[in-house]
Amino acid sequence: MMADKPDALLKVKDMPAGFQAKAGSTVEFKTGDWRSSRPVLDREKCIYCGFCYIYCPDGVYQDQGPEEKWYKADLDFCKGCGVCANECPKKCIEMVLEEV
Amino acid sequence: MAVKPIGIEVSLAVAEAVKLCDTDVVAAYPITPQTHIVEHLSELVADGELNAAYIPVESEHSAMSSCIGSSAAGARTFTATSSQGLALMNEMIYIAPVLRTPIVLAVANRALSAPINIWNDHSDIMSVRDAGWIAVFAENGQEALDLTIMSFRIGEHPAVRLPVSLNIDGFTLSHFIEPIIIPEKEKVTAFLPPNVTDLKLDIAKPISIGLLANPETYTEIRKATDDILLASKDTIVEVFAEFKKAFGREYNLVETYRTEDAEIILLTMGSISETAMTAVDEMREAGEKVGVVRIRLWRPFPVAELKAALAKAKTVAVIDRHMVMGVPNGPVGLEVKSLLYGAPNAPKVFNYVLGLGGRDVKRSDFKTIVARSKSNDVQKSFEIVGVYE
Repeated sequence: MMADKPDALLKVKDMPAGFQAKAGSTVEFKTGDWRSSRPVLDREKCIYCGFCYIYCPDGVYQDQGPEEKWYKADLDFCKGCGVCANECPKKCIEMVLEEV
Repeated sequence: MAVKPIGIEVSLAVAEAVKLCDTDVVAAYPITPQTHIVEHLSELVADGELNAAYIPVESEHSAMSSCIGSSAAGARTFTATSSQGLALMNEMIYIAPVLRTPIVLAVANRALSAPINIWNDHSDIMSVRDAGWIAVFAENGQEALDLTIMSFRIGEHPAVRLPVSLNIDGFTLSHFIEPIIIPEKEKVTAFLPPNVTDLKLDIAKPISIGLLANPETYTEIRKATDDILLASKDTIVEVFAEFKKAFGREYNLVETYRTEDAEIILLTMGSISETAMTAVDEMREAGEKVGVVRIRLWRPFPVAELKAALAKAKTVAVIDRHMVMGVPNGPVGLEVKSLLYGAPNAPKVFNYVLGLGGRDVKRSDFKTIVARSKSNDVQKSFEIVGVYE
């Protein structure tokens, strides 16, 4: 039975065989809005050790290079787990609550 | 020139069929009573008779995972297991149909623990009844070999692309030496086209499979898979007909034996059907109007065919080889009752469980069942035959 306003994204007949998707589609699936708090880096204290980059379970940190000397979190994908803030040896990452 | 049957153990005949099908990948872990199938396949690969990748995995979970991977890459894939092995595969078993990976899995049916028991019943396959696999039951050795070949043809069919479980009763079928016709290689090759599909992992045309489905897609992909499974029945009928044309042996979704004027029908699955037919012959001599209906195709459930086969019966005695704990019915019994519920002039349905954990199924058991089924007492419509209490 079909509801007046469907809760579904695709009809059964439009489902791709094997529930396949084009390769690399994860890039388009932004998961940043799952986050309840975001990492904010204090670049004054940061020693560019790379712990946040290594420990991040989602690989959202991007190396800004030897000139800039910091790692930037891609907030389109950061889920706000806080592992980076926990592991940072200089405690220069603060998790700040996302307010609506 | 007709091919003559040779005496061969049924497990080995299944392995020979896998060889005739030019299987690309076998990933398996040995477990009694399935072991002879994969043992013989490892010999065939080692001896260069079968050009396949043989993956001796560390567990059945890995066996099924490997099979899903190789099948997703477009390889013709086979594995075999029993009992606890199938239980350990369980997580991956549910994934294969939705990913549309046409693996062929031979199950030498064996009781599930506890208590640990290596002998035959159907509890292992019933634990994955709802997973979305096509499931067929062989009655004898020839059927086991023929269904192995047909399972690849059915599963890999462009309209199907689903995994198939071929059920052979552990020991009572898997370990018997029977006269079996091993078909000529050229005829099998002509019958079974190469496994060609666009739905595969291909570096040239990359796709992602095994994806997360959120609440807005999960229902629809489950329904889409079920639709394919239900529709596969037409392809199965078609493949059975093609097989008859090529090899001369006839297969139906549901088989009947002496049912034309039968008032009581014994409904069976698997190798006990032969014992049931012998019992029916003896009861017929004594004047009983009895017959046998055997389900060959368990999933998708052959609703219309079974209804037709049972149409004229007054009483149906459904025989189960598995106990559904917590409800007074076996799995086949539940299916048949639901099929006939509300149908006009529906026969009375009695449900019997027997032959658990390898307990002998005798001709006398079927006679007991027929005697019990004459009762009108619905309170006695379910019974574990031969339970000592």
